Amino acid sequence: MNILYDERVDGALPDADKAGLLQALRGQMPELEILHQQEELKPYECDGLSAYRTTPMLVVLPRDIAQVQGVLKLCHQRQVPVVARGAGTGLSGGALPLEKGLLLVMARFNRILHIDPEARVARVQPGVRNLAISQAAAPYGLYYAPDPSSQIACSIGGNVAENAGGVHCLKYGLTVHNVLQVDILTVDGEHLTLGSNALDAPGLDLLALFTGSEGMLGVITEVTVKLLPKPQSAKVLLAAFDSVQKAGRAVGDIIAAGIIPGGLEMMDNLAIRAAEDFIHAGYPVDAEAILLCELDGVEADVHDDCTRVREVLEQAGATEVRLAKDEAERVRFWAGRKNAFPAVGRLSPDYYCMDGTIPRRELPGVLKAIAELSAEYNLRVANVFHAGDGNMHPLILFDANQPGELERAENLGGKILELCVKVGGSITGEHGVGREKINQMCAQFNSDELTLFHAVKAAFDPSGLLNPGKNIPTLHRCAEFGAMHVHAGQLPFPDLERF
Amino acid sequence: MPGDLDDSTLLLEQVNRALDNATPLRIQGSNSKAFLGRIGAGEILDTRSHRGIVSYDPTELVITVRCGTPLAELKQVLDAARQMLPCEPPAFGDGATVGGMIASGLSGPRRPWSGSVRDFVLGTRVITGLGKHLRFGGEVMKNVAGYDLSRLMAGSYGTLGLITEVSLKVLPKPRQALSVSLEMSSERALQNLAQWGQQPLPISAACHDGERLHLRLEGGEGSVKAAHDRLGGEPLDSAYWDDLNEHRLTFFDEDQPLWRLSLPNNTARLSLPGRQLIDWGGAQRWLKSDAEDRFIRQVANEVGGHVTCYSHGLIDSPFQPLPAALMRYHQSLKQQLDPRGIFNPGRLYAEL
Repeated sequence: MNILYDERVDGALPDADKAGLLQALRGQMPELEILHQQEELKPYECDGLSAYRTTPMLVVLPRDIAQVQGVLKLCHQRQVPVVARGAGTGLSGGALPLEKGLLLVMARFNRILHIDPEARVARVQPGVRNLAISQAAAPYGLYYAPDPSSQIACSIGGNVAENAGGVHCLKYGLTVHNVLQVDILTVDGEHLTLGSNALDAPGLDLLALFTGSEGMLGVITEVTVKLLPKPQSAKVLLAAFDSVQKAGRAVGDIIAAGIIPGGLEMMDNLAIRAAEDFIHAGYPVDAEAILLCELDGVEADVHDDCTRVREVLEQAGATEVRLAKDEAERVRFWAGRKNAFPAVGRLSPDYYCMDGTIPRRELPGVLKAIAELSAEYNLRVANVFHAGDGNMHPLILFDANQPGELERAENLGGKILELCVKVGGSITGEHGVGREKINQMCAQFNSDELTLFHAVKAAFDPSGLLNPGKNIPTLHRCAEFGAMHVHAGQLPFPDLERF
Repeated sequence: MPGDLDDSTLLLEQVNRALDNATPLRIQGSNSKAFLGRIGAGEILDTRSHRGIVSYDPTELVITVRCGTPLAELKQVLDAARQMLPCEPPAFGDGATVGGMIASGLSGPRRPWSGSVRDFVLGTRVITGLGKHLRFGGEVMKNVAGYDLSRLMAGSYGTLGLITEVSLKVLPKPRQALSVSLEMSSERALQNLAQWGQQPLPISAACHDGERLHLRLEGGEGSVKAAHDRLGGEPLDSAYWDDLNEHRLTFFDEDQPLWRLSLPNNTARLSLPGRQLIDWGGAQRWLKSDAEDRFIRQVANEVGGHVTCYSHGLIDSPFQPLPAALMRYHQSLKQQLDPRGIFNPGRLYAEL
């Protein structure tokens, strides 16, 4: 089932009067930068999930909050759907435009407004890049902890909208744990401040609700993040294993020893070889799996923990344990992992990155099942895994120019996600649902749960104009999707109309 | 454990009856936090029959617990595995339950360094205002599927639904802990804390009682020793932190009303009538004062903070009133999730 917006199952969208909207925008905001010609719109037809493209009706690039407010008010009056977009690096199609919608690009909001080293906070505009915050805080010995792989390019507004993660989540948390306050504009342009500069705020925790809401509840206009003191010391151990099962067990053993590593990553043989060919990180290419374990903190503790972790790894059957001998080697070890996606990309014309999470103990079974699915669908799968927090990134290799391969890759991906749900995990750990995993939401949540999600949406955006079609599937879509997965003759959602 | 029982079917029936008759419910465990918030009305729904630990695997760092489970039992089970709830939720009573801990969302002395109750919520099961028993979030560390209704439940005072079960992230206890106290003025303490906060020191609690700064250092043997060598101080009994958390220090004994000020952590000492106790490294201040609520709130607002009244029944809105637009969205959300208005109406705000 195609994931592009389908009005039959995703809901009818108001028919837009492009010329009228353009005229009204120009009339009210002569300074506003608007793109409306086909060749100007083309670069905005997709985000980081480039397999899916839709040309938006219009693109606007506001420079100040008043313009954003003006655009939202006008679109609300005229019932035009609005899709907000930051840097466009998202991997789930959360910023995939709509033919009948306006694309609101927030990238021009790229100023760091204030860094307060004593309060350890940074107040920034939503288009500021993730890494730019840490760079600006570095002179004070501080940094912003969440570090998604795309951190050199992705913007903080998008990070909040997706509740972005990274490789240090087990110890330092996700975006939701590192944001104090967010300013938003509602669908009709009203300003709200969620959270506060203190550690909590009165009322319901709408900051938690908005974090990861994928632009469905409001448009982020400002973000205040927490900054942390940079760890004094960081060391990385690389351990090689002759089976992924052993590597998986070693992860549990490290935790059982009472140690929470700053980062704990696993790669399988295909990913190891791809990364080694690309980055020359010094990975053992014969290993079935490697673990990268970063220990950070105060010098003395890091030293002690390295000794403990080394013992644990050896007892868990590691064939080799290496401590990065200096900062250059540490950075190289990480470079292999952080470039695993593009490295795998060199093995195949296209790849499809999954983002399921599982309870860690299920890892051996899930990896075995993925290998079986890989054989069944005749597509290679490389596994990269945030082992510490159970977030898997299987990369499915395919060639979109071969007829049917993209569809096969999608189906294989869908199966992997359903497997994650079956063992008690989730279809997405950090990339978001967007459009990409809209069908798999039907596997993770039942119709009552989806109904409650729609109720939340209705509280903030009753006419459904903000990013329609993302994050939460309609019950009709699930009925259609479910029709392809009939269990024991029982059709899910039997009382719903079929298309 | 003896007494463990899945009583969710009966709880669901009670909620559905209340929905049918539009009877407001007053959700309670042991009632240990009844003194917080507005005075509730309605038929009592007692959660304590639904109790027990559903699953716990220490190497997964996740525990799933039913709402009526005593908080003390949860702590005991974690203790036995040398793990903890890092947010140190206060009990305010022997019978305090896990459901009340989530609904009130209160955190203890480690909060600025570890995160709040909400930060450790991974998933919940909730009986909703549409009469369904649903599951949100899960038992995994990272999960961004759908809206984050689980964390929204933390601190909602039962106004959005009945929390029946919660999955929490837990962490190993630190290998070493050491508490010290240093004589210094509160101004000096706040200055020092602002400086130390920018350095990788293993501080996990910091409270100034008007005369002395109390610090807890937690981490590995090396870091705790190095920090102690550097900061000095006289030894302090670690029981101090529990007494602070549970409001058993003599500071809390006085008759005057108790106020909680939540402030940006580097706020200078506030000039307010009465006595103050600085916690959370500066981000939480306890005030014993007869001053008018409007005055205290104005002083806190000016520095970007907010105020909760901890003396029951003293004022009509113990939680800081919300700006009009924000209140409208609160009402809209309440209307959507609890359309018949049966869950703890008026507990958080009169309008909800």
